[in-house]
Amino acid sequence: MTSAAPLMSVEGLSKVFHTRHGDVNAVDGVSFDVGSGETVALVGESGCGKSTVAMTLLGLEDRSDGIVRINGVEDGADEKSRQKHLGTNLSIVFQNPYASLNPKMKIRDVIAEPLTTAFGLRGKALNERIIKLLADVGLGPEHLKRYPHEFSGGQRQRIAIARALALEPKLLILDEPTAALDVSVQAQVLKLLRDLQDELGLSYLFISHDLATVEYLSRRVMVMYLGRIVETGLVGDVFANPAHPYTRALLDSVPSIDPALRDNLKTLAGEIPSPLNRPKGCAFAPRCYFAEDKCSQSSPNLEPAGQDRDVACFYPIKSTETER
Amino acid sequence: MSTPVLQIAGLRVEFPGLLRTVKAVRGINLTVTGGTVMGLVGESGSGKSMTAMAALGLIPKPGVVHGSVKVDGFEVVGRRDAELAPLRGGEAAMIFQNPMKALNPFFTVGEQMTDAIRCHLPFDKKAAIKAAIAALESVHLPDPTFTLDKYPHQMSGGQIQRVMIAMALACQPKVLIADEPTTALDVTVQAQIISLLRELVATQDRTILFITHDLGVVASLCDNVAVMYAGEIVETGSVVDVFADPKHPYTQKLMNTVPRLGAGDQNLNFIPGQVPDMGFPPKGCAFHPRCDQADDKCAASAPDYMIFNNDHKAACHRLDEAP
Repeated sequence: MTSAAPLMSVEGLSKVFHTRHGDVNAVDGVSFDVGSGETVALVGESGCGKSTVAMTLLGLEDRSDGIVRINGVEDGADEKSRQKHLGTNLSIVFQNPYASLNPKMKIRDVIAEPLTTAFGLRGKALNERIIKLLADVGLGPEHLKRYPHEFSGGQRQRIAIARALALEPKLLILDEPTAALDVSVQAQVLKLLRDLQDELGLSYLFISHDLATVEYLSRRVMVMYLGRIVETGLVGDVFANPAHPYTRALLDSVPSIDPALRDNLKTLAGEIPSPLNRPKGCAFAPRCYFAEDKCSQSSPNLEPAGQDRDVACFYPIKSTETER
Repeated sequence: MSTPVLQIAGLRVEFPGLLRTVKAVRGINLTVTGGTVMGLVGESGSGKSMTAMAALGLIPKPGVVHGSVKVDGFEVVGRRDAELAPLRGGEAAMIFQNPMKALNPFFTVGEQMTDAIRCHLPFDKKAAIKAAIAALESVHLPDPTFTLDKYPHQMSGGQIQRVMIAMALACQPKVLIADEPTTALDVTVQAQIISLLRELVATQDRTILFITHDLGVVASLCDNVAVMYAGEIVETGSVVDVFADPKHPYTQKLMNTVPRLGAGDQNLNFIPGQVPDMGFPPKGCAFHPRCDQADDKCAASAPDYMIFNNDHKAACHRLDEAP
């Protein structure tokens, strides 16, 4: 992975929801590192647990197991110290900017709230900081007195980003930040995120199901299936030569913008199983084209497969096999 | 094959208000021929959903509809609800964006499907159930008989969207209007739905008006495409022509804003500014405030269509000047 000590290192993160139908292992032993100034993407279908990872990292959900280290410092055992530790280092931008801003608060107050609560900023210093934050995301002082409903989706997402940056986090969790936006606006926000990263040296944990935006924004990618990471590696390598059949299937499902390539669209049979009755062995085996007897009996571990690449599969696709 | 099934001519949809009249659709012409898939692409607020609603006479009050919409020769504009009842779900069926909200959570799939079928076809209960099972089979839902007894919450989004497609097709509609049917779904499920729709067009000669904002979906499903901006169609033609050689600056820009898979470290373009407020649409060409090629002429008068080969049309002043 990265040569220097990672900014955030997550080890064996697990989250079990106890429901009346049984226990759901939403996140099951997920480990990864995010380097300083690096963007790591987490991709997968809905229900695979990628948002639960974000929630547990932020302390919005209690985690069942696992250790999170930031700059080598382990977070506390009890919830309070954990929140304090994480709160100053992590921040989040949510998917839907129509829901994540309080409609009764003016933009100034939306951004002022974290600044006064955490840093005790008042008066002139507070105003200057707010204007600086808004300028960073491409908004002007004329927007301060407006309410969220006066802004378009793209502008609202900029406000949400400014609010997330207010606490000067080292790592920003982006939970599908462009999924609710139009394509022309999506490009603006993606570009802004890239510029901010260059300027402020931020790290991103980018959660998305849109593989093309992942490729644009990220350096490394982790593919998640039913609570577990099935493949990780550098974005370019993984997308060019996916080793796990699930990664391959995800890539084949993306419709190409070239009509001549429409026959390349391949479909994956079935749907993601319920985590309540996780299939025995490899969770992907029932939908996998390459599955053999072994796959449905024992579960593969995430193991190194080449440079900067980990795969959890007994029969990974070799990079020379281009056709299935 | 080549008979026009859906003909929209000079369609305007307006919502009068005290201070302003919102012009959601501003005079569009669109023809969908039998057995083809027409893609209607645009950003939110471009009027694409309003066009679909107008096709079924579903524009809510106080909306006013002008122009003409003909479904298989039947004029929709100006009809009363009672006259439109046989059309809705019969001649023209619609699939909506969010399948989770489209079914009533209190009734089983079977009850809702047989209700819809018996509304339009002279079937008794048994025959309706038979028809429902056949429809569910045609969309490849496993175990259709079992599915009939399920409630919507017992199914996944992809399964419900298949039920919606089955329900829409059960009454043999002349045209199927699909309003962003895959937007709420995962990519893998979206690919399944696209290939299902492709199969239905190929084997059953279905006609679809497919509304989406995803150019990739258009490229992989549609035969023809119409690009909407600010209530107008700015470019239309066959998917192959339009995607290979987009003429209108908006279409060109839209295609450049899409991050492409496998393009590596790309420089992503974006369109500055916002979609205009349709209460006060810009004078002249509606796109000129965001267009980098715009000049005085663009701000003064609305451009006419230039016709290229194979019915490929685009409305832009710049095209007149090009050699």
